[in-house]
Amino acid sequence: MIDLLQKLGHKTLSRFASIGRATQMLLGALLNVPNLRKGTPLLIKQLYMVGHQSLLIIMVSGLFIGMVLALQGYTVLVGYGAEDSLGPLVALSLLRELGPVVTALLFAGRAGSALTAEIGLMKATEQLSSLEMMAVDPLKRVVAPRFWAGFISMPLLALIFSAVAILGAHLVGVDWLGVDSGSFWSIMQSQVSLQQDIMNGLIKSFVFALIVTWIALYKGYDCIPTSEGISKATTETVVHSSLAVLGFDFVLTAVMFSS
Amino acid sequence: MSQSIVEVKDVTFSRGNRVIYKNMSFSVPRGKITAIMGPSGIGKTTMLRLIGGQLRPDSGDITFQGTSVPAMSRADLYHARKQMSMLFQSGALFTDMSVFDNVAFPLREHTQLSEDLIRLVVLMKLQAVGLRGARDLMPSELSGGMARRAALARAIALDPELIMYDEPFAGQDPISMGVLVRMIKSLNEVLGLSSLIVTHDVTEVLSIADHVVIIAEQGVIGSGTPEQMLAHSSPLVQQFLQGLADGPVPFHFNAAPYEEELLSGGTQ
Repeated sequence: MIDLLQKLGHKTLSRFASIGRATQMLLGALLNVPNLRKGTPLLIKQLYMVGHQSLLIIMVSGLFIGMVLALQGYTVLVGYGAEDSLGPLVALSLLRELGPVVTALLFAGRAGSALTAEIGLMKATEQLSSLEMMAVDPLKRVVAPRFWAGFISMPLLALIFSAVAILGAHLVGVDWLGVDSGSFWSIMQSQVSLQQDIMNGLIKSFVFALIVTWIALYKGYDCIPTSEGISKATTETVVHSSLAVLGFDFVLTAVMFSS
Repeated sequence: MSQSIVEVKDVTFSRGNRVIYKNMSFSVPRGKITAIMGPSGIGKTTMLRLIGGQLRPDSGDITFQGTSVPAMSRADLYHARKQMSMLFQSGALFTDMSVFDNVAFPLREHTQLSEDLIRLVVLMKLQAVGLRGARDLMPSELSGGMARRAALARAIALDPELIMYDEPFAGQDPISMGVLVRMIKSLNEVLGLSSLIVTHDVTEVLSIADHVVIIAEQGVIGSGTPEQMLAHSSPLVQQFLQGLADGPVPFHFNAAPYEEELLSGGTQ
């Protein structure tokens, strides 16, 4: 019994210590005056690596998810003669939920794991230590640009995801199944509110971007610098950030849409 | 100006429950090549990290150019690090940059030099290590010895006062090893800097070191010139310098008596 309590206490303490280290890392990276001359090229490179390189998987996934959504929605709606509502159905589910959540999950798998592995390997090959010994802060040089790149690109990716998915839904719903194009767009336009749906979806995206990028960077920065440690850290990035995204999605949805 | 560039005074350092150093003291004379030697796993690299301020001792003091390293603020520490550089065992070149950009990195970070001047300085440093022709290669295209030489060029880019070498000879073929030994010696003489080499390659380092410190059993067991060390009376020093398998440092890891364990009939 005492043994169990001791283990529990130890686990809790180390979890808190790890949250503390993660916060310290993030604050260390963000709380300093950015140097525009040196920082901009680093940020642009990371935006390319983290954002642009994720475009393909985001767009292809978006297209298929939109197509499936239209197909499933149509089969249900047509039974009630309500197939004209396919547009708002698709748009609302994408903008409020699927866009931010699926993008965050894909982003964790595509870019998050890459960030963790890259930083973990930089640690294992002493590149982070050598930066420190060259009087260059690795938090500023390595962590900060990657964080901002993730934070900026994920909401944009989520918007692109939703847009492509709506086009996919149009392809299946309108071009294939014969829903009226005018009602598809006009009912969507009247039902979707900028404030309630698009802005709230964007806020979700920013929160998920913070969570996923933070977890990915921390796991890499704090990993045990061996091949086993890096593989464990990469797995943890994907698992922890996916779970955190789904958990926070529930909380945010409850706050934003429950009333 | 004092005679020593680095002074380690009564330093105690432990990791978890394991004491690595207990009241260790030694000094690194200015302008000389100092070698820190000792068996594997006694924390020689840890010593370099303590001097570089990446780790802090539990007690005791370490001074660099007369200023206490553990007491430095972050800004002072970063300022001091511009005057010391470290050659990591792996080289630690940035894998996403060419050799040229790796050597140019500290210059671009810490100086306001124009790109033309940076090019000149980088080419001079690369010429010194014989890799001017390899400036456009990526680190993955270099052999182990070349990577270490490229890292050496980067380490001397800012003309530091002190270079710390972490196992510079480990895993090198005899030619690269000879090249590195000569290079460390000539850099030390030509640039007038101080060198601190952590190694267990006895013959190589004794041929160039001016001062030797041997670490074992959580402290310094002997220090002096290479000649003094070779004539040292301590059996531990002799075992290490001559590479004897058994002696004060036992060949066998702590274990139950051999016969007892074989006859006990356990499962493992």
